[in-house]
Amino acid sequence: MVKLIEGIPIMRPYIDLDNQGYWDAVKNHKLVLQYCTKCNRFIHPPRPMCPTCRSQDTMEWKESSGKGILYSYVMFTSPKMAYPAYELPYAVVLVELEEGVRIVTNTHEIEPDEVQIGLPVEVMFEDLPDGQTVYRFKKREA
Amino acid sequence: MTVEYNPDQKIPHPAMWGVLYKSSTPFWEGVKNKKIMLQKCKSCGNLLNPPRPMCPKCQSQENEWITAKGTGKIYSWVTFNEAPHPAFKAPYAAVLVELDEGPRIVSNMVDVKPEDLEIGMAVEVTFEDVAEDLTLPKFRKAG
Amino acid sequence: MLQEYMDRKYRTDNKPSVEANLIKNNVAIVGIGQTQYTKNSGRDELDLACEAIQNAVDDAGLKMSDIDGFDTFILDRLSLPMLINSLGTPNVRFSCEVSGGGGAGCAVAVHAAAAVATGQADYVCCYRSLNEASGHRYGRGDDFIEYMPVALTPNYGYIWPLGFVTPLGWAGVWGRRWMHEFNITREQLGWWPVVLREYAQNNPEATYFGRPMTHEDYMESPMIVDPLKLHDCCVNTDGAAAYIITTVERAKDLKQTPAIIAASAQCCPIEQEIQTIYQRPSISGLVETWYVGQELYRVAECGPDDIDVAQLYDPYSIGGIIQLEELGFCERGEGGKFVEGGDNIRIDGKIPCNTAGGLLSEAYLHGWNLVIEGVRQIRGTSYNQVKDVELSMVTGGPGVASSGIILRR
Repeated sequence: MVKLIEGIPIMRPYIDLDNQGYWDAVKNHKLVLQYCTKCNRFIHPPRPMCPTCRSQDTMEWKESSGKGILYSYVMFTSPKMAYPAYELPYAVVLVELEEGVRIVTNTHEIEPDEVQIGLPVEVMFEDLPDGQTVYRFKKREA
Repeated sequence: MTVEYNPDQKIPHPAMWGVLYKSSTPFWEGVKNKKIMLQKCKSCGNLLNPPRPMCPKCQSQENEWITAKGTGKIYSWVTFNEAPHPAFKAPYAAVLVELDEGPRIVSNMVDVKPEDLEIGMAVEVTFEDVAEDLTLPKFRKAG
Repeated sequence: MLQEYMDRKYRTDNKPSVEANLIKNNVAIVGIGQTQYTKNSGRDELDLACEAIQNAVDDAGLKMSDIDGFDTFILDRLSLPMLINSLGTPNVRFSCEVSGGGGAGCAVAVHAAAAVATGQADYVCCYRSLNEASGHRYGRGDDFIEYMPVALTPNYGYIWPLGFVTPLGWAGVWGRRWMHEFNITREQLGWWPVVLREYAQNNPEATYFGRPMTHEDYMESPMIVDPLKLHDCCVNTDGAAAYIITTVERAKDLKQTPAIIAASAQCCPIEQEIQTIYQRPSISGLVETWYVGQELYRVAECGPDDIDVAQLYDPYSIGGIIQLEELGFCERGEGGKFVEGGDNIRIDGKIPCNTAGGLLSEAYLHGWNLVIEGVRQIRGTSYNQVKDVELSMVTGGPGVASSGIILRR
């Protein structure tokens, strides 16, 4: 349901050496997560050190199943506080992925009244006219 | 020499983020009208540059504005041989001028090469419209 | 501390001993000052700051030249050098800008107190000045477009480009989980803003003085960022406020009854960002507030039942009510029921809260107005004075690295 307003650019992510792999994967329509091979644990957002074992060389990128459930959300309904590049209303949702971590995202083809905690969702990607690739989540069969 | 600008680059504007401090407005209004305005404490007569909302000597918040004569002396300067900002073409000098009234002001020189600058050089103000919405006070050799 | 929170077991073996705490009972807030709180000051923030600081200095019975330290938190648009150049304070030897945004609402006092307790400075002035109503409002979406084509930091990159650009949204996500998990209703939420508005009707300095609001008005107010309605959100304020911290010893020679710091605490837990606490096992509670509360009670050697009045940093109603739970004023998940009808947080209630109107109805002065009201309750000069106040609590913002103080007579 996120609709972009033509002519207003959307903000780009800040890419550094720690999260380059994440955004490179998004570009290729893949959702990857940082994974510590020592702790067997997914970590998000990416960081240079595993906060559990404090290792800096046991982290790798693992592709996510892209499946999860809608954990929480907010609905932007007023121009007072919203981002002007999107048509109102738009939802920002927190998705709990099967891997256990949660990511903030927008929705695709989900009507405002369908946005509910517990909704099964999966990732999709969209290439925007400005060359950016973004990920969003759509409904899936449970 | 005069500072040359790259026409395709925006010169840093005193109204950072579109907001000009109200206590600075009379100074910039003055510059637009080709005057250097100095803030004067109404209570103790202290002259202040840059402008501010409270006199640091007597804590009075009442002030008035006087027009400086526009004459002074070079107090110090630096020469930029590499431009620190894309709007400016190097080399050029940034000078600190001590006005005859006392306060010091940062500016550029007109028609004086950096190598000809001297501490104590007598200077007088001139005004340059550097952009559509920006006039700057600059100095030239006096006399 | 995340583990301690999940176990609901505050350990004492990994904390400094209470005896080692140099702030406890040795440091006090001795001067408070503010400007008018308006919707359009027509003045610079620097100008407003000078007036509020002068008022605080006068209130304490000090001279401007006595101030030798300054403290605020990040996101401040004042230049400290220009502030010093305006005030003419000749002997400034301590300055500090605490991280955490609104969470540092009390951490500023903590750091200032640490400075005077350890001899870094004698009189530290904590200041805040904002033109948020007429000028730049913090956390508005359109700012990001104009000034920030790329997210400010790598971690903001995962949230801002999604149109997720305001603290109201970031907090709404954990707020909704709290409502979902504990069946908190919209009707219950409304009592927090309604009671605060009642307090503001007795405070002529409050933004909403003379503008009462019923529960019905609240229910009919528009949604801003669902689940937050207009009246769940803090007001916009132009204004400045300041307070001065020194030792209890020096306070003896000053004008006012000192508000003595019985305990102070700051907490920067793991999996914490700007309200985006989303990787914690549970996001329906606030580890930082719980931890700050536990630490305050440990150091002050008291419990929630001993607190006579509280000023809780409430940029939105949910943030105020969850703090009631985490500080032990009611059971976990019972915050909605606790505020229902409003009596528990009114002046004769179990814990009178935000008695000057708080951030929703007095002013959004980033918590400075809460500290000032906490001091007034100790002095006995509040517009909504609670009887026989012995202990007055103030907290910093929820969902960010937070802080708190307990003041006593």
